[in-house]
Amino acid sequence: MRARPGVRARSALLGVAGVALLALVWELYKAVGPATGVVVGGVTVLPRTSDLAMPHLVTMFARLGDPVISTPGSPMLWSAVVGAAGFTLGIAAVGWIVGVVVGFLLALVMQRFRTAESALLPWIVLSQTVPLIALAPLVAGIGSQVRFGEARWQDWMSVALIASYLAFFPVSIGALRGLESPDAAHVELMHTYSVGWWKTLIHLRLPASIPYLLPALRLAAASAVVGTVVAEVSIGLSGGVGRMMVEYASASSGNPGKPWAPIFGAIIIGLVSAGFVAVLGLALARYRRGEVNA
Amino acid sequence: MKHSTRIMIGVGAMAAVTALVLSGCSSTTSPSASGGSTKLTPVTLQLQWVTQAQFAGYYAALAQGYYKKEGLDVTIKQAGTDTVPITSVAKGEADYAISWVPKVLGSIEQGVSVTDVAQIFERSGTTQISFKDKNITSVAALKGKKVGSWGFGNQWELFAGMQKAGINTDTGINLVQQAFDMKGFLAGDIDAAQAMTYNEYAQVLETVNPKTGKLFTADDLNVINWNKDGTAMLQDAIWADTTKLKDAAFQKETIAFIKASIEGWVYTRDNPQKAADIVTKAGSTLGTSHQLWMTNEVNKLLWPSTDGLGVIIPAAWQQTVKIAKATKDNTGKTIITAAPPSTAYSNTYVNAALKQLKAEGVDVMGTSYTPLTVTLNEGGK
Repeated sequence: MRARPGVRARSALLGVAGVALLALVWELYKAVGPATGVVVGGVTVLPRTSDLAMPHLVTMFARLGDPVISTPGSPMLWSAVVGAAGFTLGIAAVGWIVGVVVGFLLALVMQRFRTAESALLPWIVLSQTVPLIALAPLVAGIGSQVRFGEARWQDWMSVALIASYLAFFPVSIGALRGLESPDAAHVELMHTYSVGWWKTLIHLRLPASIPYLLPALRLAAASAVVGTVVAEVSIGLSGGVGRMMVEYASASSGNPGKPWAPIFGAIIIGLVSAGFVAVLGLALARYRRGEVNA
Repeated sequence: MKHSTRIMIGVGAMAAVTALVLSGCSSTTSPSASGGSTKLTPVTLQLQWVTQAQFAGYYAALAQGYYKKEGLDVTIKQAGTDTVPITSVAKGEADYAISWVPKVLGSIEQGVSVTDVAQIFERSGTTQISFKDKNITSVAALKGKKVGSWGFGNQWELFAGMQKAGINTDTGINLVQQAFDMKGFLAGDIDAAQAMTYNEYAQVLETVNPKTGKLFTADDLNVINWNKDGTAMLQDAIWADTTKLKDAAFQKETIAFIKASIEGWVYTRDNPQKAADIVTKAGSTLGTSHQLWMTNEVNKLLWPSTDGLGVIIPAAWQQTVKIAKATKDNTGKTIITAAPPSTAYSNTYVNAALKQLKAEGVDVMGTSYTPLTVTLNEGGK
């Protein structure tokens, strides 16, 4: 699975081309599309092209270079967005780590004990059907009554917890499939060596699980970021891009570029977290013999 | 060799995550801004929305040290989209909450026992605005029009007003779900949109009119004001847990909290620009002129005060209850089916607070209040 430099350069080029194409389609539609949008049978299927609905890309980027508000001492919008993105990314990272650890431990327990698998798996699947908007106030409410001695439960912990709640799911499912993926012949070989469960785990099951685990980690990273942004909005934690989207929405008519800024922040977070999992995959490249999507 | 490179990459990645985690932690654990005096009583106030000048009085009271003077260490909590302030009070997560009366009346009927201890907003800030060319100069003219409504408990004055004007709200109008920005209104999806005087109305005035190339002006708009139309309902009030109010210490705390809050609002009335700056400093990202506009418009809803700021006027309360009982919205439901218990509001605490303030020579009536004329800039900048 070693990519030759030429292939790398080509895929990077394709990535850039994709972004450029998106920008081109946006501006092209804005230029030629009808001002009132495309309406079929009373339903708008393509958006309006007015400056309010679809600001020029230039407007969005130019706005990033202005201060957030005109009060002296206000930071530049881009730096506020980068700060907010860092804040959200930090919480998402905590959520991701907790989710990955919990998900992986659950997978281990389920692999080890058949009963545990029958008992836990339905609940793990069921857990993802609880809507986030029902869960978020519950977590925040319970959290606000938790104290560790002098220290108090912080709102960001609630957000991280909600992120981990979304992130653990793909990891537990992916890791379980991965841990159970070795052929019977290989497992039986271990038996004939009279090797215990731990050694089988370390030498056979863990390496075999990597191709299943990496896509799961990527999914978990995406879930953690989405969970963080939504939970920020839901429980009202300020500082991150989720909250920024709510706060800037009121500027959408008079200052159409501003509400797009936190969306760029969310894109940065997505890129960084995807990049991080890619780096992780690079480090584990020895074990990647074709990836299996969870 | 190759192997160790990969391990290094892995270690590097882990280090990156750890750094992110730490940065996430450090930026949130800001120390509570109390002065360290141990005698202060910790108090939590739950707002119903994000930090903005709608709550200027509380932020002013905090920044000016009025709460501290009354022996309170107040933490102001912003709301998320799923926060129900009254639930926070009922669960004991907050001591006081700011909420609109009609929304709380519903919660009270559901079994929550809370009391309106101070009616900070005397007048309603909700209006229905339309461009002049739609010719909607009265409520009756809404008939057959595309009428915007936010829903979520913000729709009752609108429905009561239309029903009072004899419009069948099921068939007589085209109800449009309105988002929390004015794009739908500006694009013509909505003929008459809900707008708070202190927020959405200003959002329209901060937008460039494509026809003239200049900002929209008040002359471009017709405004239906529910205060004039007789279907206004009481809005921002301070709520406390009814059971907790039986405790003598909490009664004292409540009087102190109301007193300092009113002082904050008096400060906001007399120093609107400074109050707006305090709110911005507290973390609001609203544009500078928009923030001042909001402060000024909110002041107009409070001042001049009829019976002293915070006093619940029984007639206004009854009007709110009556509308809450009789008005059906598009889902066919009313807010409440029976009158709320007598514990739903009490003037005991606010009167005690006002008495102290008057003794200190604070003007709690604002008889001579004159609003500013705020000029809005494009985008509220």
